[in-house]
Amino acid sequence: MAMKKNTNRLLSSFESFCYKYRYIFAVIYVLLCVSIPFLGLNRVQTRLLMMIALYAMLGMGLNVLTGYTGLVSLGHAGFYGIGAYVCALLQVNAGWSFWPALLAAGVFTAFIGLLLGLPSLRLSGSYLSIVTLGFCEIVQMILKQWESVTNGNYGVRNIPTPHFFGIPLTAKNGGLLLLIVVLATLTALGCLALKNSNTGRVFFAIKDDELASTMMGINTSRYKIVSFVISAFITGAAGGFYSLVNGYIEPTNFVFNTSILILSVVIVGGLGTIRGMVFGAALLQLFPEVSRGLYEWRFVVYGLLLVLMMRFRPQGALGWRSTQPYHLSKQAKQILAQPETKKGGAA
Amino acid sequence: MSFLEAKNICMQFGGLSAVDGASFHVDQGEIVSLIGPNGAGKTTVFNMLTGVYTITSGEMTFEGKDLTTMTPQQIVKAGISRTFQNLRLFPKMRVIENVLVGTHIHTKYNFWDGLFRTPRFKREEGAMEAKAVRILRSIGLEKDMHSYADSLPYGEQRKVEIARAIATDAKLILLDEPAAGMNPAESAELLRFIRELKDKGYTILLIEHDMSVVMNISDRIYVLDHGKMIAEGLPQEIANDPRVIEAYLGGEQKHAEGN
Ligand SMILES: Nc1ncnc2c1ncn2[C@@H]1O[C@H](COP(=O)(O)OP(=O)(O)O)[C@@H](O)[C@H]1O
Ligand SMILES: [Mg+2]
Repeated sequence: MAMKKNTNRLLSSFESFCYKYRYIFAVIYVLLCVSIPFLGLNRVQTRLLMMIALYAMLGMGLNVLTGYTGLVSLGHAGFYGIGAYVCALLQVNAGWSFWPALLAAGVFTAFIGLLLGLPSLRLSGSYLSIVTLGFCEIVQMILKQWESVTNGNYGVRNIPTPHFFGIPLTAKNGGLLLLIVVLATLTALGCLALKNSNTGRVFFAIKDDELASTMMGINTSRYKIVSFVISAFITGAAGGFYSLVNGYIEPTNFVFNTSILILSVVIVGGLGTIRGMVFGAALLQLFPEVSRGLYEWRFVVYGLLLVLMMRFRPQGALGWRSTQPYHLSKQAKQILAQPETKKGGAA
Repeated sequence: MSFLEAKNICMQFGGLSAVDGASFHVDQGEIVSLIGPNGAGKTTVFNMLTGVYTITSGEMTFEGKDLTTMTPQQIVKAGISRTFQNLRLFPKMRVIENVLVGTHIHTKYNFWDGLFRTPRFKREEGAMEAKAVRILRSIGLEKDMHSYADSLPYGEQRKVEIARAIATDAKLILLDEPAAGMNPAESAELLRFIRELKDKGYTILLIEHDMSVVMNISDRIYVLDHGKMIAEGLPQEIANDPRVIEAYLGGEQKHAEGN
């Protein structure tokens, strides 16, 4: 009990410290990002950091659905694959440049998210998970079988290097790492804004108690679909980026194991948090690096980790609740500043 | 035409008639209580009124609108909100966030405003927060508004649920055993708060077991037993009605009159 109190105090001072110096941290972060090309990272380091940022983004995508709204998806590799293929094929076959192709990947995947969300409305819990798992398998089948478009098992090769105002973005010059860091950061900012607006609030309410949400007049079906759409958009855009990492993609990049890896990031890091996604991604990407011998066994280890987490720390490693007060608006603070009147009108 | 009117409403679960041809009405500005022994069908009546269940037969209207064909969401928007016998808060959200969810149907900004933090978002979100703070203050939860709902004592959680119901701008509030789990001091305070709501123009339909609350606060009382309305009247009449005493009050008669 006493120990818990102490950790709470520690957490509270840590959080207020972070909050107090948030602008300084933001500046340091931006400076660090800008200096990525000049850090002299080697190939292995660059790739590792790219994968961490990519999986942080994938985690944030799934987090909107699973962490915020409470709908568990085992099929996000499907969205990921769709995004990657749309982005790659538009460039290779239709001659689009990268940026519109990336946007199209997000938008098209969001549309598929809408389609998957519709039949999922009547399902909950494990049934929904099974449907999403089926979805992932269907995507896998299509990628393999629809050879005239997807090139089947051979995959899509020779995906061109993207350019930003004439500057090529490659792994070597750090441009690709910078790109995914920017994408992940934008995603994080978007998720943060979402969490602090009515849409995000309704997501969390649905996760906590769907019937009570309905009784507040909320069209829960609509918000579940919105959650699917946002989640799919982020995941599809992440897929669009992934098509650049190796310069080629093939169906086996987007199998069930990939779904599990994304879900592990969310659960290990901390459902509903953004910091947790970065932490979870870093942990799960570093793990195979530091234990090469266990590489073949990594999914066994992930599975074990998931079970242990669910059992002993369901909120995830960094899934603590904020100890800080709710950030009230000026209007609300003004009301609090007024002396309490006997008839402090409720209406 | 009454504010809320139910005629011969029936609810069957398989072979069981939980509510069996009950009729009642509530006029604007009244506090009406619905009492009856456990399993009488009181909560079921609330579930019918709020659209949780599709009623088997009968008529229900609110301000002349037919409730039987409305979805729960439409019913809330029409102005009926409720609390639950077994608390249904959003336990992992803060108290103020719970109330903000209650204000949700009146949100005047859209998804993109929220995403890009537009001036409209800031203005409207601020107004919603101000409203939530006002409600919380009026129910005495100001000091708890930053807490997470599941960290509050039971009695306080009940108040959060009432605050959340008010936040929908309901005209009619259905309270399902709000004093359950409260100590005498808390229920006395609740009593005062419910009166205040009435003074502010709310209409209240109350299910309550605590006779001291019911007898003190109600303008009229309905007694439900085995899904049927067995009595209706002023608190004094109900307390002395032999049918009620037999069906429900029984040994508690003294207790009821003691107030
Ligand atoms: N969803 C349901 N399915 C089956 N039976 C139900 C359902 N809801 C309520 N009942 C039954 O209806 C009867 C009335 O229940 P309820 O309305 O909760 O009583 P009260 O609130 O007066 O104690 C009980 O016998 C209960 O078991
Ligand atoms: Mg009941």
